Amino acid sequence: MLLTVKHTTRYTFAGEVTHGLQRLRLKPKSTHGQEVVDWRMELDGALPEAAYDDQHFNHVDLVSIRPGAPEVVVTCEGTVRTVDNNGITGPHTGLMPLWCFLRPTPLTRPGSRVRQMLASIEADRSDVLGFLHVLSTRIGEMVEYVAGATDAHTTAEQALAAGKGVCQDHAHIMIAAGRLLDVPMRYVGGYLRMDGQTEQEAGHGWAEAHVAGLGWIGFDVSNAICPDERYIRVATGCDYAEAAPITGIAMGAGETRLDVHLSVGEDGVQAQQQQSASGGQQQVQGG
Amino acid sequence: MSAVSGTNFDEMLDADGSVRPAYAEFRDWFDGQDKAWLQRQDAEAERFFRRIGITFNVYGDDAAEERLIPFDMIPRIITAREWRKLTRGIEQRVRALNAFLQDLYHRQEIIRSGRLPIEALRNNEAFLTQMIGFTPPGGVYTHIVGIDLVRTGPDDFMVLEDNARTPSGVSYMLENRETMMAMFPELFTRIPVRPVSDYPRRLARSLRACAPPAFRGDKGSRPVVAVLTPGIFNSAYFEHAFLADQMGAELVEGNDLRVVDGRVCMRTTTGYKAIDVIYRRVDDDFLDPLSFNPASQLGIAGIFDVYRAGGITIANAPGTGIADDKAIYSYMPEIVEFYTGEKPILQNVPTWRCSEADSLGYVLDNLADLVVKEVHGSGGYGMLIGPTSSKKEIAEFEAKLRAKPANYIAQPTLSLSTVPIFQKEGLAPRHVDLRPFVLVSPDGIDITPGGLTRVALKKGSLVVNSSQGGGTKDSWVLDE
Repeated sequence: MLLTVKHTTRYTFAGEVTHGLQRLRLKPKSTHGQEVVDWRMELDGALPEAAYDDQHFNHVDLVSIRPGAPEVVVTCEGTVRTVDNNGITGPHTGLMPLWCFLRPTPLTRPGSRVRQMLASIEADRSDVLGFLHVLSTRIGEMVEYVAGATDAHTTAEQALAAGKGVCQDHAHIMIAAGRLLDVPMRYVGGYLRMDGQTEQEAGHGWAEAHVAGLGWIGFDVSNAICPDERYIRVATGCDYAEAAPITGIAMGAGETRLDVHLSVGEDGVQAQQQQSASGGQQQVQGG
Repeated sequence: MSAVSGTNFDEMLDADGSVRPAYAEFRDWFDGQDKAWLQRQDAEAERFFRRIGITFNVYGDDAAEERLIPFDMIPRIITAREWRKLTRGIEQRVRALNAFLQDLYHRQEIIRSGRLPIEALRNNEAFLTQMIGFTPPGGVYTHIVGIDLVRTGPDDFMVLEDNARTPSGVSYMLENRETMMAMFPELFTRIPVRPVSDYPRRLARSLRACAPPAFRGDKGSRPVVAVLTPGIFNSAYFEHAFLADQMGAELVEGNDLRVVDGRVCMRTTTGYKAIDVIYRRVDDDFLDPLSFNPASQLGIAGIFDVYRAGGITIANAPGTGIADDKAIYSYMPEIVEFYTGEKPILQNVPTWRCSEADSLGYVLDNLADLVVKEVHGSGGYGMLIGPTSSKKEIAEFEAKLRAKPANYIAQPTLSLSTVPIFQKEGLAPRHVDLRPFVLVSPDGIDITPGGLTRVALKKGSLVVNSSQGGGTKDSWVLDE
């Protein structure tokens, strides 16, 4: 599938920014199951400072906010060819040792609720893949998808306690529980082409588990499926914080407004301009 | 363990009380001096130190925020032959430390080979995954290392601790020598002592040899070096200012710097000036609020990104703390052999890892004879010295040890060597250690002859840390 992405992030500052930096992880790479045909990023109100690949082989751009700029607009646009691998990303590559994906992080540290949920699942634990599918389903049942219910700092334990959250929370709970089973787990941030609609509310996030013999395999708890050709992987990390599309600081910014505009279309298919919030027969969740 | 037990190695006197060759010339001079004059010089030394302002904040002692580290004027003397062997051992160890770090942050062959268990890293906060896959400029991780050595016999030097993060104390080494030369100039004409005063120049040269890819050296310019200090309230601020001054480098705080045009720059009267090599005396966690502790006010936002993109050299590299961790220390003999293919020239102090059940059992049974240390502690805090502790202290420590055994290692109480200190009554032996300072660059490993000798001034005491009432001495390495 040939997917076209246009992703605009606009920060509007109430105050005058004297010094600000943003770290962007917004550039997908050609890896298992996807090929970046073309990709470009435009900055308005910001200047490129440094670029490198991080420990997860994510492409990172550090940009500075032009002092006094009223807003910063980051626009990414490109085309990515994807295939359906039944969610399998493949063997582990790179220098991050697999055991690093077993370490809890602040966002994924399991507490009593994650442990209880895991203990309540009566499935055969010797079938790791089968168990992970049951786990994914259970998390989806226990934590209702409610846009805006949580924020970037919500932990897996908190979201599970609240019983609601977004894709990031689903992924974090999956990661926390998977690691308790001694399965290396990671977070994936990216895009999802939702059926029948081009405009998306937000980027998407899901979990990947490393299963012996298969390698990394994705679990999109929010949509109760394994990622297919509608998914684009942009960045990975031990949790959301390591794969976040944009993090930064802005001194003097005051109140900051964030507007995200995202469209993921299928090349050659007439885009149906439609807001996800009004999508009546919406089947998949972004965010 | 007391100095009078007779089992310690006395560095000045041999068993029948005659002066060893290392001290022969010094003793000859000393015995010829007027005792009253020496006492006046001793008092003069203290005034000298107060004047130049060497002070040290002692934790847990708010009333005396600044305290002088006592200086003892009897030098600690090492022969050329002894130093040659030490040099070979230190060089081997420092090479191994750098190879170890390069490996840990890349393929981790030492773990694949089974020589180091994953557990040594897994729960270790000093292991920074952000460094994985990155090679610092020139392949150097530990630009400045302090190797703490203790001596237990004529040929027995052992490594007590490696300091691979930001070893301090070098300013004392320099000031001690300056003081001695000012007070006793004739000594240095009589005895051939190898100089240490060029340390700042060697440090600057060594740091400049590690310039990042972004340094172009246009028109023969030299890499710009800066010393990053947490500020005036840091216990080692004096040293930061002193070293910057002596190197002709800028002394900066995080607030003075920002990322401009892909470089870390300091504001000057003529605009922003890029720093090529930053000698940071700020811990990893506080280095960059964007990459590490977001609450840090001491670092520079974005410096880690600039570093990974080749825009600056950070000395020592972030993540080097894993190499001087006390839990890793116990594996150093294996580490040295793994990376150098040689047997370690310098021995480790035998160490029990309390995380291992058998070791823990032994340690609990022998607490009264052992020294127990926190794995992540430093500065002599939170340790138990069995032989000098009361039953109550031992019982309290036992409870802590049982609660979190993996937090502790234990070592035998060593018969540390003694060197005399000057007292009104005459010379009296006191326990010492030695911290040589080692500079690493792509040009090689440079060890300043001598280092910092710390001395436990209290009779019988084995704790030399300045925070625990230790003092320092000038350390002499005799020329061939």
